[in-house]
Amino acid sequence: MTKVHVTTTVNGDTVEFLADPRETLLDCLRDHMGLTGSKEGCGTGDCGACSVELDGTLVCSCLVLGVEAEGKTVSTIEGMANGSELHPLQRKFIEHAALQCGFCTPGILVAARKLLEVNPDPTEEETRYWLAGNLCRCTGYDKIIRAVLDAAAEMRQEVA
Amino acid sequence: MAKDGFETLKLVGTRPNRPDGLDKVTGRARYGADFSLPGMLWGAVVRSPHAHARIVKIDATKAEALDGVKAVITRADFPTGLTGEDWNLQENTMAGEKALYDGHAVAAVAATSKLLAEQAARLIEVTYEVLPHVIDVDAAMAEGAPVIRAGAADATVPEGLHPNVVRYMEFGRGDVDAGFAEADLVMERTYKTEATHQGYIEPHACVSKMGADGKGEMWVCTQGHWYIRKMSAAVLGIEASQLRVTPTEIGGGFGGKTTIFMEPLSLALSKKAGGRPVKIVMSRSEVLRATGPTASASMDVKIGMTKDGKITAARAEFRMQGGAFPGAPVDMALYCCFAGYKLANVHHVGYDVLANRPKCAAYRAPGSPNGAFAVESLVDEMCRKLGLDPVEVRLKNGVTTGDRASYGPKFGSIGLTEVLEAVKAHPQLQAPLGENQGRGFAVGYWFNHNGETSVSMAIGEDGTAQVSVGTPDIGGSRASIALMVAETLGIPYEDVGVNVVETGALGVNEPTHGSRATFASGKAAVEATQAAIKEMCRRAAAEWDIDDEAVEWVNGAAQPAGPNAGKFPPMSIKEIAGKMGQTGGPISGHHESVPDGVGASFGAHVVDLEVDPETGRVTILRYLVVQDAGRAIHPSYVEGQYQGGAAQGIGWALNEEYVYDDKGRLSNTVFLDYRVPVASDLPMIDTVIVEVPNPGHPFGVRGVGETGITPPLPAIANAIHDAVGVRMTHLPINPPKLLAALKAR
Repeated sequence: MTKVHVTTTVNGDTVEFLADPRETLLDCLRDHMGLTGSKEGCGTGDCGACSVELDGTLVCSCLVLGVEAEGKTVSTIEGMANGSELHPLQRKFIEHAALQCGFCTPGILVAARKLLEVNPDPTEEETRYWLAGNLCRCTGYDKIIRAVLDAAAEMRQEVA
Repeated sequence: MAKDGFETLKLVGTRPNRPDGLDKVTGRARYGADFSLPGMLWGAVVRSPHAHARIVKIDATKAEALDGVKAVITRADFPTGLTGEDWNLQENTMAGEKALYDGHAVAAVAATSKLLAEQAARLIEVTYEVLPHVIDVDAAMAEGAPVIRAGAADATVPEGLHPNVVRYMEFGRGDVDAGFAEADLVMERTYKTEATHQGYIEPHACVSKMGADGKGEMWVCTQGHWYIRKMSAAVLGIEASQLRVTPTEIGGGFGGKTTIFMEPLSLALSKKAGGRPVKIVMSRSEVLRATGPTASASMDVKIGMTKDGKITAARAEFRMQGGAFPGAPVDMALYCCFAGYKLANVHHVGYDVLANRPKCAAYRAPGSPNGAFAVESLVDEMCRKLGLDPVEVRLKNGVTTGDRASYGPKFGSIGLTEVLEAVKAHPQLQAPLGENQGRGFAVGYWFNHNGETSVSMAIGEDGTAQVSVGTPDIGGSRASIALMVAETLGIPYEDVGVNVVETGALGVNEPTHGSRATFASGKAAVEATQAAIKEMCRRAAAEWDIDDEAVEWVNGAAQPAGPNAGKFPPMSIKEIAGKMGQTGGPISGHHESVPDGVGASFGAHVVDLEVDPETGRVTILRYLVVQDAGRAIHPSYVEGQYQGGAAQGIGWALNEEYVYDDKGRLSNTVFLDYRVPVASDLPMIDTVIVEVPNPGHPFGVRGVGETGITPPLPAIANAIHDAVGVRMTHLPINPPKLLAALKAR
């Protein structure tokens, strides 16, 4: 199939790539841009391991076509830290041992960042429902939820 | 090191950041599918849509005609004449005369892109003659069931059983009939558990290449790369020494990544494509259809109990199917099911049965959750009938150090009593319960495992240490091994690096399985470190011109062992390491063994839940895991194992199962339908780490990974009975099933 030239912005950088119209945004990120931090766990939008923001909307990048990124802004796990300074969520995930194998972690961090953007003071239940689309098979979610709530508390203090 | 000297430890038992944490929160860690090579091709696998079918013809003409298709393989490309488990692995990797389950690989293709490979796979035409199939374990051993493979049974199977019964076992001690006669209450029940999947979020992935010189390289997400090497070599008829396997980071395994699936296919495709590397990444539906489910089980249990709660006799007869190949963990299920009870009269019977399902792989304490569901459900029911406290009954019958296990050997140091006492002391047992709410309790067991282990460590010129291990880090083992090595050397945790190295760098290592990584690699790492310490003491002794034996290692430095040894200031590791080039060259340590001293682990769970009587939905309100860790090296990751095991067990109890249609095709092949617990399904999971140190490990480690998946199955069934008075004997207890039981009440 004839490839389509796509120009988009990923983590602040302008990037261009040729996409087969059948390829997902996830495939394009991973295979054309070398951004392998977003993971494919299911390819059907059920596991959330490929979570990215597309023009500020949290999406499963396995459910978006690469050509749909034309002219848009994509932010992935690779752009979450500010240089060498980790985002508070990233730091809290390490401190709380909120990852075991770490495969679901990029997607959960991207989804949790969006949660704290729209709701800086979520309850445990709100956090659990927000992250219900991000599967983790290792942790039982306990330490993930604690890390998100702790990061939220820290970020609120910074703002204050 | 003194066995009881744990109070002097500085690092073991603390919770530092894991060394691989940064890479894993920034997306930089490289997992199986993240690895690529120049000139790489993509592979795709053609899979049977039938549960049982003769393969009449495979026509790849159309696929091969596509521009960019570089290789097509079928079973004809594999060597013949394999026997035993090698044949089983080969047959499971690529079907021969028959497809034995829905999803069984029948051909594979390599092409210049992923989309092209998938397109080519669709163009490979396979002609099947569909055969009758069988899915359920009891149906598979009934008269008239389709024979999956004649002659597959081994010598243990008595005459007269269906050919699908491939292994039989019977063992026990005492006189169970006399024991039942002594009982005030004898009960017998049949239980069933359905097959579940390990459900790791990372699908299987690998890149392989094999050149004209017959040497191959593989990059694989696996729990054990020496197993990948050995099995891939066996299936392809090459020497294991010709393969070099490098493990990538692994996105969960739980036992399911201890064996081969499509890895040999990528190697065979590479060979046929002139040595170009071939990458294969499974889709989720391939993972569910063709990899690692558990066995399903049908189990009869009979127990005799006196009115004061003493168990006088117990009998278990388990039938388990592990797919179209021998290997259902019925032996493990039987060994574990009564392990918590001191029994004079006990008898076990087991059947390993073939069915038209994928070859089962290990899943966290394989067999133990099934057996625990049956036995712990029945013990609970009998306690209720006799008006006895279920924790007290476990204490009354519970095994202690030195007792003979129900399956034969004598227990070394174990901590079941301490676990049960910790349960009794926990406030959750006093939490009030409302209408339709109930509390359930159950005990679980896993042996833990040692296995072949080889570890090297080297001292750097700056006085730091690098440790090379062969057990992939799935849940924090780099951190725990670094803690133990740093503690032994007397240097900061941050000064120790732990690297998971490839098959060419160490002797054989078994996978990270059997809860063994922190026990076995940890013990070997400590031994290797002791060897390096001995050499550092020798270098100091040579400089001081005193006997080697007159030098001891204290707080990261060599020092004279006493006033008679001589008066020298301590020589630090940095000083010794800084001049090692001039004092004899590099300093390193190595250890390889099958470490002895494995310590078994008991756990007990308490679950509070609520049943919605209108829908049959169960909500977990509170959950408690109490388990003997021996010693928690990094308590956060021990808690994580407890919590993760509990969550998987909750999924097995309430939701997860392999659902087949009437044609024997798997119906739930995506995560939407094969529904694992999500964050909103669970509460916080409380943990209590009991520490009864294992004398067989320098820091007391037992291994903590597996026991935790065992108690949730019966604990939840027991809590549901407590809540609404119905006894559920067939997992999963999903809303339709529970609602039907409530209506029939």
